[in-house]
Amino acid sequence: MRYLPLTDTDRQEMLGVIGAKSVDELFRDVPEAARRDGLVDLPKRQGELEVERALSRMAAKNVAAGDVPFFVGAGAYRHHVPASVDHLIQRSEFLTSYTPYQPEVTQGTLQYLFEFQTQVAMLTGMEVANASMYDGSTACGEAVLMANRVTKRKKAVLSGTLHPQYAGVVHNLAEFADFALETMPPVLPGAAEDIVSRITDETSCVVVQTPGFFGELADLTPIAEAAHAKGALLVAVVPEIVSLGLVTPPGDMGADIVVGEGQSIGNGLNFGGPYVGLFATRQKYLRQMPGRLCGETLDSDGKRGFVLTLSTREQHIRREKATSNICTNSGLCCLAFTIHLSLLGEEGYTRLARINHANAAKLAEKLDAIEGVDVLNDAFFNEFTLRLQAPAKKVVDALAEKGVLGGVPASRLIHGDPSVENLLIVASTEINTDADRDAYAQALAETMKEVL
Amino acid sequence: MSGMNKQGRPTSFAESGGGAERTTFTGNKGLELEEPLIFERDTKGACGVDLDEPEGYQPKIGKFERKNRIGLPGLSEPEVVRHFVRLSSKNYSIDAGLYPLGSCTMKHNPRLNEKMARLPGFGDVHPLQPEQTVQGAMELIDTLAHWLKTLTGLPAVAMSPKAGAHGELCGMMAIRAAIEAKGEGEQRRRVLVPESAHGTNPATAALLGYKVDTIKGDGNGRVDLEALREKLGPDVAAIMLTNPNTCGLFERDIIDIAKAVHEAGAYFYCDGANFNAIVGRVRPGDLGVDAMHINLHKTFSTPHGGGGPGAGPVVFSEALAPFVPLPYVVQKDGVYDLIETEDEAEADGTSPFGRMTAFHGQMGMFVRALAYMMSHGSDGLRQVAEDSVLNANYVLASLKDVMSASYEGPCMHEALFDDRFLKGTGVETLDFAKAMIDEGYHPMTMYFPLVVHGALLIEPTETESKQGIDLFIATLRDLVAATKSNDKERFSGAPHFAPRGRLDETAAARKPILRWQPEMPAQAAD
Repeated sequence: MRYLPLTDTDRQEMLGVIGAKSVDELFRDVPEAARRDGLVDLPKRQGELEVERALSRMAAKNVAAGDVPFFVGAGAYRHHVPASVDHLIQRSEFLTSYTPYQPEVTQGTLQYLFEFQTQVAMLTGMEVANASMYDGSTACGEAVLMANRVTKRKKAVLSGTLHPQYAGVVHNLAEFADFALETMPPVLPGAAEDIVSRITDETSCVVVQTPGFFGELADLTPIAEAAHAKGALLVAVVPEIVSLGLVTPPGDMGADIVVGEGQSIGNGLNFGGPYVGLFATRQKYLRQMPGRLCGETLDSDGKRGFVLTLSTREQHIRREKATSNICTNSGLCCLAFTIHLSLLGEEGYTRLARINHANAAKLAEKLDAIEGVDVLNDAFFNEFTLRLQAPAKKVVDALAEKGVLGGVPASRLIHGDPSVENLLIVASTEINTDADRDAYAQALAETMKEVL
Repeated sequence: MSGMNKQGRPTSFAESGGGAERTTFTGNKGLELEEPLIFERDTKGACGVDLDEPEGYQPKIGKFERKNRIGLPGLSEPEVVRHFVRLSSKNYSIDAGLYPLGSCTMKHNPRLNEKMARLPGFGDVHPLQPEQTVQGAMELIDTLAHWLKTLTGLPAVAMSPKAGAHGELCGMMAIRAAIEAKGEGEQRRRVLVPESAHGTNPATAALLGYKVDTIKGDGNGRVDLEALREKLGPDVAAIMLTNPNTCGLFERDIIDIAKAVHEAGAYFYCDGANFNAIVGRVRPGDLGVDAMHINLHKTFSTPHGGGGPGAGPVVFSEALAPFVPLPYVVQKDGVYDLIETEDEAEADGTSPFGRMTAFHGQMGMFVRALAYMMSHGSDGLRQVAEDSVLNANYVLASLKDVMSASYEGPCMHEALFDDRFLKGTGVETLDFAKAMIDEGYHPMTMYFPLVVHGALLIEPTETESKQGIDLFIATLRDLVAATKSNDKERFSGAPHFAPRGRLDETAAARKPILRWQPEMPAQAAD
């Protein structure tokens, strides 16, 4: 087996040193009833060529986003990732290193985590950020748990702007970590949500997403003010981090915790994971923050260096008293984020955001002109919602038949609500060309004719 | 002179007249290159991408346009590449050398797996594309699920958990859901955790509101079955047990433990962090396990990536299978279907406890893990367990005369020592481990498990050659001998040859500096 260096001669010599007759002897503590002599019922070893062939066959059964006009978003976005990003994250020293518990020989990892934390704090308009969470949805769940700790209250209010699967993650935590939730119904673009009236003296936090699930941008300031007046926190969720290159960051609108999905910068779609959860907050809440933190310090020679710090919040020190059970961050994905954002810089990042917005605006205008199709949004970034005169799922399937991946039917994520059946959520990023937009408009126009 | 080569050039450092004290203008030392923060490399106007300003559109941003500069630095592509290449050179990695972190399973990461994960059909697929366009992605998940179920002998698996600790959370949630379905939710509020457990176990139980009750060991590195029986009762929800355990030992009484737990009406959660030692040889299902997470980044070699991303699928027994969370993949007549809603699940005969995460889990890790499994096959995976156990026992046997082994062997995939062999030397576990850095090795796991004093836990893994392990053993023997010499500086000052000396962690925690700050306010720069 190509990954196993020991030869039979080695094994015999080593058994001799150990003083065992066979490897079986080393497994003698396994109860007899559980010992298996034969092989499990799975295929035997294969060469690199065979494995590559089999997996390539499987991969070829999927429609890759890059092969078609592509407009799918709703929490994961296809962006162009510069070639150097994927090259750099595959360097052995980054790829095959462990969590930097030995800082003397992991300054590379630690320094990029410090840079990542700085970048995330800058983008979100917050004071501190951690070294990342699993993804946006779990970061959102952790934000609510943190708000409960900070306020010593046990009731959160979820806005109808929140991604339904993010809300699902919070619901799950509420059920098992025993706190109360009030969940507002989906709020369509243009409609107002009276979330402020739901905030009481018992509310730990209000969770609002911007851009919202349907793409609409929201002014968080009045919600923040109302929350603060009652001693509650505002948790802002940013599912598309490129948006902050163009729109006001939640930190400037009074958010106390900002969580987000960082996949858009540096990371591919990967059918949903691995992604990188962003988590930022105010300095005063630092000690209640979950997850890894990297801090600056000096070494024995007085040189600047970095270490994991404030680990007295973490499970490996605090065990059942930890702020969270989380052990890992999303190391390599935050490295990809940090490298891509370094390539973009202020100029590239803000321009990328403007290109995204421009492409979405152009597309919205084009689609709105089609019979049976209406754009619902007033203010959006790179994603908007269409109201179709037909069930969106049916339209999306028909578009896929025509070789266009046209978006996400709201009904895929909001179940049992007939009012969203005809809504289609459409995203457009820098990857889309005029030809893509024309192809989409043509396919949609044809489809609407067929279904109307 | 033996120190000269044919050209008369000195071959040893001392003869060249150099000294460790020598400093350089740049602070660099040859290939060891200092690198400032990316923010300190800012050049106004530089950019690492070429993007054209968009034209011909009507902005729809409303009143939400950003007003302030963000403060991101500008760098060209070569500068960015150089920055991160220089940073990378300050890291130890499994590709560069033995990484004997006990309970972490730092094994070789095949590059084939990286290549497969980047196939556009896997890497460039959106989680919410129409299901008919992602049949191959679901086939991959279903195939991996089949391998995991077969290797563990358990009938169900939750694929979505994003890491080991997330898997623990998932497993314990399923246990609580099962207990609640039996109407015993109010009554069963206690979770038993051995004192040798990973910190995530008690943290997970506590997050779910359980009272954590610690079980004493038997003094030989295993759970005391009698102590466990005494703790069991109608208020116990579950036991969380690692097997092989964190002392590197197989829990001999595990079948009796499982029986006792089940007789008390509780569930058996197994922490699968150490599955590498038994994969292909022992199926946790045959041991009475009800739920176990599998760290794909350990046993199945998805790269650790400097601390993630991981992946932590959880296998379940028949009793817990109905509670597996959303989403999951089913296959009927060759067509794959994603069960994403409670209604779909009900029609499928399950009652999921909820949802762990948005989307469907760590697909990128699934591809890598499956490529690894297919490469090894049933025979190769069994060999993985055997070679990992053989390598660890070889280390144990070769060092136990000079280092203090904590327990009688044989061990499984990792060898545990404590600090008795350092007694009276003035050298502590930490110093010993830091001196290994100077010898070109990453230290072993230190001070864990907590059940022995000054623990040193060594897991060589199966991907180390005998030659490599022999040098490692010789190095540790030399270090042990040195602890008894007068050269204490070798330990107390270690590492001497790393990019950084020991870092002041106390100062870092006392006055945390967690981000770079510009020296002048950003507005002044504008």
